[in-house]
Amino acid sequence: MNRPLTWLTFSAPSRFYALANAVNPWLWALAIGLAVWGLYVGFFVAPTDATQGEAYRIIFIHVPAAWMSMILYLAMAFWAGVGWMLNARMASTLARAIAPTGAMFTFIALWTGAFWGKPTWGTWWVWDARLTSELILLFLYLGYIALVTAIDDLVRGDKAGALLALVGAVNVPIIYFSVRWWNTLHQGATISLTAAPKMAQTMLFAMLLMTFAFWAYAFAVVFTRAQALALARDGDAAWVQALRKEKQ
Amino acid sequence: MNWAGLTDFVSMRGYGLYVWGSYIVTAGLMLVEPWLARRQRRRALQETTNLSSEN
Repeated sequence: MNRPLTWLTFSAPSRFYALANAVNPWLWALAIGLAVWGLYVGFFVAPTDATQGEAYRIIFIHVPAAWMSMILYLAMAFWAGVGWMLNARMASTLARAIAPTGAMFTFIALWTGAFWGKPTWGTWWVWDARLTSELILLFLYLGYIALVTAIDDLVRGDKAGALLALVGAVNVPIIYFSVRWWNTLHQGATISLTAAPKMAQTMLFAMLLMTFAFWAYAFAVVFTRAQALALARDGDAAWVQALRKEKQ
Repeated sequence: MNWAGLTDFVSMRGYGLYVWGSYIVTAGLMLVEPWLARRQRRRALQETTNLSSEN
């Protein structure tokens, strides 16, 4: 059967599963390659920061993790919303699969932020607008996960999760603009589309390499988890049975 | 090259605790998460009901 490839093609769990299998090895190769390159540039090429010394090297994971935490939230809310509106269960499954990875990157952003704040600000934590809104993001992820796993009826769980995810999306622009709207201890945006970068080229380059590495990583892990959720959901479908036979 | 030697690199010129405290936790989480996701997928496949007639 050779059906034309449309935007709905991969909404079928069986096709999604096959697609994820095909792209995942490439994503892993990309994630590892970019991370090795990024860490090399970050530690051996980028110079010491004039004011922060070597402590600034935390930026190569802190900023990419913080970006991922926000982007993944928007992706989760988007797919949850698509799943709700179009009754597309693979979209809802994808939203569920994104949540733990988003929560992990949020935790990494907070953790590395604390380890950067201590030597530069003199404190691990401060209730500043940027830090507080990022902490709320972590609670939104955890709330979403708790909500969708607590509801046994999968479709109802998807809908309740979508509502929470979409309402919580308001927090993302608050995080992003917090450093402009309020007087925060946290510094302003690291890079902006409208101004020249305020950091050395090599520092910026290492940070972007790590960002792309985190992107590839996030896609790969989310795809694997979405495969697991699709299998659990579609247990008695013909494609799962075929896969089961193949693995035995 | 930024470093005078291994000790210089490990100590991060006084910021070792902060730099490595960030990197080690991040690396640990990013190794455990894919492992958990793969385990979840393997178990999901094992737990699907076998509908074939042989069993």
